[in-house]
Amino acid sequence: MVSLEHSEAAAAGTPRRGRGSRALADRWRALPVLARNLLAAAAALLGIFLLTSVTSPITDLHIASVGYYMLAVAGLQLLIGFSGQISLGHGAFMFIGAYTMALLVLHQPMLPLWLNMAATVVVSCVAGVLVGAATARLHGPYLAGATLALAVGLPSLTVRFPELLGGNNGLSITTRGAPPALSGLITNSQWHAVVVWLTTLIGLVILATISSGRMGRRMRAIRDDEAAAALAGIPVGRTKVIAFVISAGCGGLAGASHTYLLGTATPSSFALTLSLSLLAALVLGGLGSLWGALWGAIALVYFELWGTELAHSLDLSTNVANNVPIVLFGVLLILIVLIWPQGLHGMVRRLGALVRRRG
Amino acid sequence: MATTTADPLLEAEGITVRFGGLTALNGVSLAVAPGTVVGLIGPNGAGKTTLFNVVSGVVHPQQGRILWKGAPLGDHRPHHLAKRRIARTFQGLNLFPGMTVLDNVIVGADRLASGTMPEMLTGLGRYQRDERRLRERAMAALEEFGIADAARALPGTLPYGVQKQVALARAVVADPQLLLLDEPASGLSGAEITALGKRIREFSEQMGVLLVEHHMDLVMEICDHIVVLNFGEVISAGTPAEIQADPAVTKAYLGADTEEGPDA
Repeated sequence: MVSLEHSEAAAAGTPRRGRGSRALADRWRALPVLARNLLAAAAALLGIFLLTSVTSPITDLHIASVGYYMLAVAGLQLLIGFSGQISLGHGAFMFIGAYTMALLVLHQPMLPLWLNMAATVVVSCVAGVLVGAATARLHGPYLAGATLALAVGLPSLTVRFPELLGGNNGLSITTRGAPPALSGLITNSQWHAVVVWLTTLIGLVILATISSGRMGRRMRAIRDDEAAAALAGIPVGRTKVIAFVISAGCGGLAGASHTYLLGTATPSSFALTLSLSLLAALVLGGLGSLWGALWGAIALVYFELWGTELAHSLDLSTNVANNVPIVLFGVLLILIVLIWPQGLHGMVRRLGALVRRRG
Repeated sequence: MATTTADPLLEAEGITVRFGGLTALNGVSLAVAPGTVVGLIGPNGAGKTTLFNVVSGVVHPQQGRILWKGAPLGDHRPHHLAKRRIARTFQGLNLFPGMTVLDNVIVGADRLASGTMPEMLTGLGRYQRDERRLRERAMAALEEFGIADAARALPGTLPYGVQKQVALARAVVADPQLLLLDEPASGLSGAEITALGKRIREFSEQMGVLLVEHHMDLVMEICDHIVVLNFGEVISAGTPAEIQADPAVTKAYLGADTEEGPDA
């Protein structure tokens, strides 16, 4: 898949066993970063296509959900894990993306999907510039507080402007399924999953390229020591705003994918719990590596599912049942942070190192 | 000595800094010429680090100005220094704990890359060439400092002496013209201090060095010119021999009148 590992870990290249595989690995590493990321993304998309051709429509939907959550969490990774700024309100950018997408489909139905997606990125990046510039001087809990206010406040706009934003019921759109030319080849649900993952993978290629280059290094330097980073010539404020904007763009695009996939944008989908879940998924997956976003997104979708199933099988009352997924998620988060402070990705890496030592 | 002969790189003119009612620096002037090592000494709290902070743009003085190659720096900020080829180390090292030693040094070399912002974000254009150049440059610096083995380690896992070398490598990797060293010898063993002294003299062949240090043996041995601060004022300035003979310096350090200077 995409070389999500940031340069520190990627630099710690592991000795391969066979000469052939080493030559291959060397040739792989000699490729430009962008080419490597694009190839890996293409492979991942093919993987998604193959996977969804054997899964049921409902599983396709879950796989697609993992896709857009992963993009949102990966954007948050860039902001929190790389540049060290905490956002408690990332759901707000998903909200902006989701509603931009819905409004574009409703009012400009002729526009192609890719243009809607691009417009969504522009709108959420502009929102990111505004919020990022306003909060660039805030640190730690103050930044967290400001972004929290955004997540709490923004969804209530829908109630304030019910004619435009549909109030509490939100907006519904219909999206086209697979193009007629491909109708025998690919099901609608598979098509949706592939489109969502294509969007996500484009975002991830950009994030991974940033991460392993100068900009990613600048962000990590600022995260670790602002004074020393500034003396190395890194413009601290501007770099922080850039991180915020990219992260907002990813959040917006994830929101657009959400609307595209589910056909609705409702304020309740973007409540504060979403923002907090994204943050929890990030910590669960592991801070500092884009792979963490994948584990976090899988956890986000599947813990919710398992929690709901568990509640059903236990015959709990709705009040209790509704909270089971959240409790499950919370308990697992606590356990993981206690056992593997570096999250699921830290665990995967440690297991990988163990296997390699044995091999 | 040399400080007055060549055109100075850096000049501080009548710098006064007050923090509330406290005058941290009072009309302090000094100059650093290319190819010289200037020592800045004084008892704790004399204002040495404050002067460093003024030069690096962290603190802006109420009075006085900083001239770089004859032109005033004005309201400069820390991130403007690298472009002007001024580098600084910190008393507390301030390495990036979450980044490898190699990446720490690559950050120091960031100035040397030429890619624009869109290129940094998209991986197009000069991205790849910059990466390769910065990496090669940083590896060369690590080898020069004899710490290439530690390239992939995180700073926190290394002995303090090696961490100090990493901080030095990060400061000089981008080829500065002026190097500000804040207590580079603190925490080092005797042998390490001797090696450090030799290295600073080597630096001075390519750049001016302004050194804050408490190890008097080191200061007296490697500095061309010494400025002594006490309570924010320059109480003495001159060659090491002149400083050692100055009763005002002895008084500031020992807190009592003495008839003779300390033995050289």
